[in-house]
Amino acid sequence: MNGLLIAPVLLPLLLGILSLLLWHHVRAQRVIAVAGTGLLTLLSLRLLIGIYRHGIQVVHLGNWEAPFGISLAADLLGAIMVVLASITGFAIALYSVGANERQRECFGYYPLVHILIMGVNGAFLTGDIFNLYVWFEVMLMSSFVLLALGGEKPQIEGGVKYMALNFFSSVIFLTAVGLLYGVMGTLNLADLAVKVRGTESTGMLVVIGCLFLASFGIKAAIFPLFFWLPASYHTPPPAVSGLFAGLLTKVGVYAMIRLFTLIFTPDLVHLHGLILGLAALTMVTGVLGAAAQFEFRRILSFHIVSQIGYMILGLGLFTPLALAGSIFYLMHHIIVKTNLFLIAGIVHYRFGTGELKSLGGLYKTAPWLSLLFLIPALSLAGIPPLSGFFAKLLLVMAAVDIHAWGMIATALGVSLLTLYSMTKIWNEAFWKDAPTPPPPARTDQSTILMMIPVILLATITVVIGFGAGPVFRLALAAANQLMNPSDYIHAVLGVSP
Amino acid sequence: MELLMAIVVGLLYGGGLFLMQRRNLVKFIIGLAMLSHGANLLIFTAGGLTRGAPPLIGEGETLPPALHADPLPQALILTAIVISFAVLAFALVLFLRAYQTTGTDDLDDLRSTDT
Repeated sequence: MNGLLIAPVLLPLLLGILSLLLWHHVRAQRVIAVAGTGLLTLLSLRLLIGIYRHGIQVVHLGNWEAPFGISLAADLLGAIMVVLASITGFAIALYSVGANERQRECFGYYPLVHILIMGVNGAFLTGDIFNLYVWFEVMLMSSFVLLALGGEKPQIEGGVKYMALNFFSSVIFLTAVGLLYGVMGTLNLADLAVKVRGTESTGMLVVIGCLFLASFGIKAAIFPLFFWLPASYHTPPPAVSGLFAGLLTKVGVYAMIRLFTLIFTPDLVHLHGLILGLAALTMVTGVLGAAAQFEFRRILSFHIVSQIGYMILGLGLFTPLALAGSIFYLMHHIIVKTNLFLIAGIVHYRFGTGELKSLGGLYKTAPWLSLLFLIPALSLAGIPPLSGFFAKLLLVMAAVDIHAWGMIATALGVSLLTLYSMTKIWNEAFWKDAPTPPPPARTDQSTILMMIPVILLATITVVIGFGAGPVFRLALAAANQLMNPSDYIHAVLGVSP
Repeated sequence: MELLMAIVVGLLYGGGLFLMQRRNLVKFIIGLAMLSHGANLLIFTAGGLTRGAPPLIGEGETLPPALHADPLPQALILTAIVISFAVLAFALVLFLRAYQTTGTDDLDDLRSTDT
């Protein structure tokens, strides 16, 4: 029994229960949130180090042997994702304390955040496909409530769309799981990976693969299934949209990477070409959508879509280097995107609007914030030596290796348009003269507290950029594990395939 | 029996999708409910239908009879029913709030957050 492997699921559950018990004590809930997510970050870092040194770790829950019981299995990708989720959770907890939104904190805000993180971590660690569905639902359920909490009109409208489309995607997921069980007779991912190699019904597998692609495609917001995202992500309070922007779509990307490297591999199911095409279209539509927007968080929402395309691109190319690029991109993106949403939130709190037209002159009134905006913004556009540059470089190098020139052109062009969007925000919100009358600036203590997570995340971005070598080795090791599923299968089932 | 179930599942999916295309919020939610029932029945059917052979181990034996119904799909469906019940309950409240705050039950009028 490995306690460290269950901790990322169990600890948020305990924190959630504790916060629920302390319903009327908002201050205690805040302490629990910050201390608990901090502890979670340390524990998940230890888990990652352990897995990097000793290989894949598995826990059979209730000691039911695989494939009969539910197994938790953490390989490097899973552990990396858990670390990223914990860091995001920590940053969001700090930020929420600073944001001081009493009317939300009194109605179960912190318990929901903890349960959301539990669902996300569970999805990253599970080795069972039905269990993955259950974790998705845990995560979605708390995200539905978090999105609607507060009950403002745009929140409710965004919530309706978000809920409807995500519920629909869950039904497709369930359909695919049912069909897969009907064909293969097992739900354990490792066991499935063994059994699909001996099957004759590959036609059925293609259908099931397409269903999974559609379901995860909705959750990850790939073209043409992304419309719910820009319609809802800018409506909740900044801390919530930062959390969603950092984590939720990436769970879809993770699930896609997991299933399409372990079960629906290119030698069985020819869907990776389709994924490649979808990746290109996702990148282009996302960035073009962003170019047409003039609201801080709406621009960022469209950029999530565009960036998802890059992550899927690595999966579509399907070489170790390309997958390493995807994983690097995931690490870079979660940190940077959360940070940008948090900065957008600070601007919103201080100046009361996110509309670029009514902002201006922030470099004078908020010089430190401007500097802190530049780091993630330039990183997102891929300017060296920040993290985004190396993520894109890896993907482009992988595409050169297999002569996918069209994809290289798309990736570089989209990168240029991303830079355009970021300079647009910079010019409109920070650089141009303040409009008359200038927006009323507020510097109360809360926004200063909110700067701490922003500084933390910006530091991580810079560290990933300057320490790109070790991070790349980690990503490559994770990618090699994905490309050779026999280790994973051996770790879970205890026998070599 | 499988054929009949397949037709029922198809009707549920078809009806659910049709209702989801309507603009009315109430029809939309009934469509979602039909879809999730369809998915549950699909798991049940795909898992294989076995009549009159419960997966019980007789007294003094160590294995169930050679032909027995697979209990796992039913366990999956039970989980899925609970989840979809919770989600639908939440959806009903959310849609009610949407009706109260926006004053319309027409999905075409819920456009203010779109781009």
